[in-house]
Amino acid sequence: MTMLDAPTLAENLATDAKILARGVTVHYGAKQALNGIDLDIAGNRVTALIGPSGCGKSTFLRCLNRMNDTVAGARVGGMVTLDGEPLYGPGALDPVLLRMRVGMVFQKPNPFPKSIYDNVAFGPRIHGLFARKADLDEAVERALERAGLWHEVKDRLHDRATGLSGGQQQRLCIARAIAVDPEVILMDEPCSALDPIATARVEELIDELRDNFAIVIVTHSMQQAARVSQQTAFFHLGNLVEVGPTERIFTAPEHQLTQGYITGRFG
Amino acid sequence: MPTVGDDHIVKSYDAQLKTLRDILARMGGLAEAQLDMALAALEARDSETAMKVKAGDAAVDACEQQVNEQTLRLLALRAPLADDLRQVVAALKVAGNLERVADHAASAARRTVILNDNPAMAPTRSLVRMGRKVQVMLHEVLGAYLAYDADTALAVHGRDQEIDEMHASLFREILTYMMEDARTITAASQLMFVAKTFERIGDHATNIAEMTYFLVTARPLDRHRPRRDVFDGGV
Ligand SMILES: Nc1ncnc2c1ncn2[C@@H]1O[C@H](COP(=O)(O)OP(=O)(O)OP(=O)(O)O)[C@@H](O)[C@H]1O
Ligand SMILES: [Mg+2]
Repeated sequence: MTMLDAPTLAENLATDAKILARGVTVHYGAKQALNGIDLDIAGNRVTALIGPSGCGKSTFLRCLNRMNDTVAGARVGGMVTLDGEPLYGPGALDPVLLRMRVGMVFQKPNPFPKSIYDNVAFGPRIHGLFARKADLDEAVERALERAGLWHEVKDRLHDRATGLSGGQQQRLCIARAIAVDPEVILMDEPCSALDPIATARVEELIDELRDNFAIVIVTHSMQQAARVSQQTAFFHLGNLVEVGPTERIFTAPEHQLTQGYITGRFG
Repeated sequence: MPTVGDDHIVKSYDAQLKTLRDILARMGGLAEAQLDMALAALEARDSETAMKVKAGDAAVDACEQQVNEQTLRLLALRAPLADDLRQVVAALKVAGNLERVADHAASAARRTVILNDNPAMAPTRSLVRMGRKVQVMLHEVLGAYLAYDADTALAVHGRDQEIDEMHASLFREILTYMMEDARTITAASQLMFVAKTFERIGDHATNIAEMTYFLVTARPLDRHRPRRDVFDGGV
């Protein structure tokens, strides 16, 4: 693992980025999937990661909460910090605490085969956030409320979560992610299994959550990236080709590869 | 950017964009022809040709309608981005400018009919010269637009000032005639109006140059055009 030295870290602390990635590389066995990514994730903003299939979006996203640790044969190099604290190397944040601060929502809604209530209460329980049942109840209600699901499920909190519709399940997973009050939410194609209405609900939710969280979303929909994000990063073959304000990326991209991809000329 | 105009994976998308450009090419040709006919009518004192210009305006309007429809279709069905988006927005704006160009040509033709009921005026020659210059500008900028040629667009843009200067001096020339002989006022004021329509067509050509530049480079062309008021110079 190559670690950037202390002065670089100190210098980077000066930026207001929530998450800072420098020279991030990932290998799966002998295959290199990321070739040194430098990217800042700002707080209270949505950053969209776009690019052709296999370019390394999910791999990069997983670097931000050490999910690659769980992938056999994956090696991460370079530097990632959360509020200036390193995620890897000596003095790294504890991965369990890190994942409380950096939550994740996956492509396919993956509720646990438990009740709606237990799904949302899961994180707060394992982190022992609330001693009193009433406080936990309140936290569950607040998370469901913020995820825009409360009114649809408040009378069936103890029904099985798997009985919800796909869109409801995805919002439940978002509620589960925000129940522990994370600072960053990572979403890997969160709407790919949803219909336009459910998608719109999730997008509206992302917009609201942005006030309190930094959000990184991987999406294959250019329109979705354009609608929900303020910053867009274009990945290609393990490289970060271009990053900038979303409006600029979609009206006047600087790099030809970006233009070719977003306009549907390759990819 | 060299990828502007390159093919897409989805061929029907290219076909729809091509349809849009084809309408624009036809519309540009029609607008140019209208201006050419209006100038010929003015130069030859030919009211019959002038009437043809008036009748020809509807075809240009119909093209604009087609551009509007095709633009709406592309925006709704394709959600174009980057250069495609600029392409579609530029088409809409270029069509708007061409529609105005044709209107001005028709208006010049209407005034030609009135001029032909009056004795010929010497400044008509300068007026035709100015009109021809504007015509060349229009021709070049349409070529630049259709060929994604930002350099030519920039060059045309720079020539608008020449037109404004020609307009200002023509204005003074015509005014001199009016002041010397009050009987020329009817015809001379028509000449002034025609000069104004040519000056406006120059402005529309300049707008098209700006859209072309933006379409190709994604950067706005500095809109600063030195404005020369024709009433400058203590008339
Ligand atoms: N567990 C793994 N083992 C080996 N190679 C992997 C693994 N996960 C990903 N890769 C490889 O790493 C590269 C990047 O994969 P990644 O999943 O990050 O791409 P992606 O941009 O998210 O693609 P998609 O849009 O299809 O989800 C690909 O070449 C992929 O085959
Ligand atoms: Mg992926």
